[in-house]
Amino acid sequence: MIELGLELSERDGWAVLAVSGEVDVATAPRLRERLVGLVGEGRTRIVVDLEKVDFIDSTGLGVLVGALKRVRTNDGDLALVCTGPRILKVFEITGLTKVFAIHRTVDEATVTG
Amino acid sequence: MKVDVIRLQVPARPEYLALVRMVVAGTARVDPLLDDERVDDLRVVVSEACTNAIEAVLERDAAGDPDATIEVECRLSASQVEVVVSDRGRGFDPDALASLPSVTDPSRLRVERGLGIPLIRALSDEAEITSDERGTRVRVALYAVSPPAGLAD
Repeated sequence: MIELGLELSERDGWAVLAVSGEVDVATAPRLRERLVGLVGEGRTRIVVDLEKVDFIDSTGLGVLVGALKRVRTNDGDLALVCTGPRILKVFEITGLTKVFAIHRTVDEATVTG
Repeated sequence: MKVDVIRLQVPARPEYLALVRMVVAGTARVDPLLDDERVDDLRVVVSEACTNAIEAVLERDAAGDPDATIEVECRLSASQVEVVVSDRGRGFDPDALASLPSVTDPSRLRVERGLGIPLIRALSDEAEITSDERGTRVRVALYAVSPPAGLAD
């Protein structure tokens, strides 16, 4: 099985989910399950840290879009942390840089949301 | 022109997708035709095409055919890397997925699927998708970086 790391921490009232590895149709269900679980627990201010993600494709993007909708319908917010050019490129091409708040660091994400 | 052909036949299951990406990226690096950024583009393109192929096969065989496969063919020449992904799954209308709502359109947030075909088209130099009830074939090509002056031929 392909490794997908999901590490949860806490920062100033935000749930910070650090994702590592490759996010594709094989691993995305685990990410979706974790995000849905957080929202189910009432954690609707979420930072998804993609700094250690080596690969993401449209299946992974779809999970993040789904999570954004889910937190917004619960009056929450979801921010991303990402600086890697290869990951940012797929967000840019799909127009999702205009849909997500994408930050350089977790600190920046939790301060500005 | 000499063309090296590498053919993979892999089980139509999500857990094989990472292997396909690895093999295709490794193939493109054998005789470095593409720079690292283009290899990354190719990994995304192949992942999208194979995801669609695997899903098409799984949708056709809802009962589950453990022997169902998809085929991935890489063709390397001096000028390009060409990859053909084919499946015998349920076909689809590629034109229906060709465009996305604009990013300012509120309906954009409803798009959780259908991002794959636009990514394939955006990241490859040539993309050709043919599909009917017998299956789907996606052919993409990424052009080689131009050889340095004086090293042509």
